[in-house]
Amino acid sequence: MLKVISANRAIAEGVKLSRPQVVPVYPITPQTSISEYLAQFVADGDLNAEYIRVESEHSAISAAVGASGAGVRTFTATSSQGLALMHEILFVAAGMRTPIVMGNANRALSAPLSIWNDQQDSISQRDTGWMQFFAENAQEALDFVINAYKISENKEVLLPSMVCIDGFILTHTVEPVDIPSQDDVDKFLPAYQPTHAYLDPEEPMSLGTFTDPDYYMEARYAMEVAMQKSKKVIKDTYQEFEEVFGRQYGMIENYQCDDAEIILVAMGSICGTIKAVVDILRKKGEKVGLLKVIAYRPFPQEEIYDVVKNAQRIAVLDKNISFGIGGVLFNEIKAKMEVDASGFILGLGGRDVSPDDIVNIVKQTRNPTDTDKINWIGLKEEE
Amino acid sequence: MTSIGATVKEPGSSINNKTGSWRTFKPILDKEKCIKCENCILFCPEGCINKDYDIDYDYCKGCGICAEECPVKAIKMERE
Repeated sequence: MLKVISANRAIAEGVKLSRPQVVPVYPITPQTSISEYLAQFVADGDLNAEYIRVESEHSAISAAVGASGAGVRTFTATSSQGLALMHEILFVAAGMRTPIVMGNANRALSAPLSIWNDQQDSISQRDTGWMQFFAENAQEALDFVINAYKISENKEVLLPSMVCIDGFILTHTVEPVDIPSQDDVDKFLPAYQPTHAYLDPEEPMSLGTFTDPDYYMEARYAMEVAMQKSKKVIKDTYQEFEEVFGRQYGMIENYQCDDAEIILVAMGSICGTIKAVVDILRKKGEKVGLLKVIAYRPFPQEEIYDVVKNAQRIAVLDKNISFGIGGVLFNEIKAKMEVDASGFILGLGGRDVSPDDIVNIVKQTRNPTDTDKINWIGLKEEE
Repeated sequence: MTSIGATVKEPGSSINNKTGSWRTFKPILDKEKCIKCENCILFCPEGCINKDYDIDYDYCKGCGICAEECPVKAIKMERE
């Protein structure tokens, strides 16, 4: 059924279709309407879940870990400062291998205080052991939630997932979204059956215990193995999703890259703008393409390299910065593959990125002055 | 092998972890001097001294509280 809805509504619809049994959420701009829609679904009896009104994001994710440890499917959602407050428990959720799915409305971090979009919040959680999926639009937001549960709960993976949607640009923008039927989703995503960590008086076990140096490293190694194995699980899951729902996804999306001389690499809603610019430039005869990174963790290095290896140069666009080294995606790509790349920082704290900016990036990438330079796009010159 | 999520599936299994290996000093009780006041039994944070005043060296971490609390200095701490 086609409905015109925001990405926040799309996330909530995806959650409803996935039937979590416990939903602890704390509201924060621009995620708030996700928490409101879910509260409404529960109040109306459309979602049979325990909705916990917690007192902070730290409590929200802690309750989700507890509920997942009790053996049920759980969902929570947050943004920016809320995600930062969850930081400690994000490690716990991943380490305890609780397959929680979380929606994150990407928003800048303080200071200075900003409620607008960039991707610093989730990028800064990259080492917690969570998988991260970046949606370009509301349809992907909905679809990625359903897929995230299936991937996270896979016995080869058992790691939590974050579905990231750009604040306001997606969270508060309405667009047509195809909402799958409950029957189809139930068949694709059966009820969660925990086997590794859950509370059952008949089969007692202790979760989240203390470990001495004899055990810790093996537990962390197992997480790395799971993260590597998740790549195949993601591909298989998307394949199965396509067979049922007809929409095709991968760890990355290749848009006009096959013969491209210049390839732009980006994540999230900005990819919509880039696709439009690629179309315009291609009409003018410029061989330009977009590589959209959907799965940021696990990092799809083989998939990225396979697409960019034949390009003359690539541009990596980061809505984040690791101070002192530059954009995180840019540096990870540089670290993992031999490519001639320029890095661009843009869109921080909601700074608009226009099609002209993208055209500029293509120009700068074609004729780089200094490839080590961190290029800031849309920065106001000092007066 | 560590289980997925480092869960502990055997109740009461912390007994397998013999913490006596942490010890640097070992309490030695002289039963001739002992007046059976029970101070060491009560003060031992690990419950490592039984009613017969036998010390369980599998779990005694050598903290020395028993020696400190003994009113007749019947417990000596000796380097392992």
